[in-house]
Amino acid sequence: MTAPAKPEVKVVFQRPESFTDLTTHYCPGCTHGVAHRLIAEVIDEMGLREKTIGVAPVGCSVFAYKYFNMDFVEAPHGRAPAMATGIKRVLPQNTVFTYQGDGDLASIGMAEIMHAAARGENITVIFINNAIYGMTGGQMAPTTLPGMTTTSSPFGRDVELTGFPIRMSEMLATMDGTGYIVRRSLHDVKNIRKAKKALFMAFETQERGLGFSMVELLSSCPTNWKIDPSKSLEFIAERMVPVFPLDDFKVNPELTKKRA
Amino acid sequence: MPVKGWIEVDDMHCKGCALCVSACPQDVIALNMDRLTPKGYHPAHLIDEGCTGCAVCAIICPDAAITVFREVPVHSKKAPESA
Repeated sequence: MTAPAKPEVKVVFQRPESFTDLTTHYCPGCTHGVAHRLIAEVIDEMGLREKTIGVAPVGCSVFAYKYFNMDFVEAPHGRAPAMATGIKRVLPQNTVFTYQGDGDLASIGMAEIMHAAARGENITVIFINNAIYGMTGGQMAPTTLPGMTTTSSPFGRDVELTGFPIRMSEMLATMDGTGYIVRRSLHDVKNIRKAKKALFMAFETQERGLGFSMVELLSSCPTNWKIDPSKSLEFIAERMVPVFPLDDFKVNPELTKKRA
Repeated sequence: MPVKGWIEVDDMHCKGCALCVSACPQDVIALNMDRLTPKGYHPAHLIDEGCTGCAVCAIICPDAAITVFREVPVHSKKAPESA
């Protein structure tokens, strides 16, 4: 009788190739890291790394270009979609994506994102919505929830004084030039998997030339929300999801046709 | 026989946020309070048998610090998945 064969060892999960070896500067538990990793995985799996150009924003993710092992440019605050427009028009064969936070995209960059979508630029936007300005120390953002305490709204966001949170995905979905607009969340494993699928679809939209694509990802900011990392994931599920519903706001019928 | 797996946590990347600890369905991950990483965090580590290599910890990990391994029995009837 022969000895039982030694079981093979399979690597189930490892760092994606599109990541550099650098450790991110993000706070412990910040879901920016998850979003970065999902993008890297999707680009690896679609084999787009050699022709992808990313556009980094201003905000916590200002150093995103250091963590991705691909071409990257750094845009002025809020102007990533404008820069991506230029790159995509000059190099239409390349895949161009921007990675922006809510301060960058929904506040100072509002004009650029609206007009990029209105023109139907064939770019992909990854929008990280954590309802706060992270890098500058936790001030109120356009996406801050009503009643939420921030350093510039210490008694909670007063909607009579400062208005209501802006829902970017819903707004952009009304534009004719957009091809794929969805909102996903990063608060648990199930939703992270869904977010990865959405990123696939967004890059697929661009590859097929179906217009502007955006994935909004609800993210956490444990440092500025002043709660621990696992509680901040609960905060997303309990407080943010009711205000920012997770849904497909616009999916070009071409995308679902071939997949079905 | 249950599937046997294990994880390796990269000290350079782990920031001790403990998201993997609360996510682990088998409850076999904890922060190592006896050790510090070069950045000064208590890294996550396996504390018990029972890891199935499901990779839930690696999916929730914001720093891609976890590599997950799983033993694949050679006499398994199922064809091994491509890597």
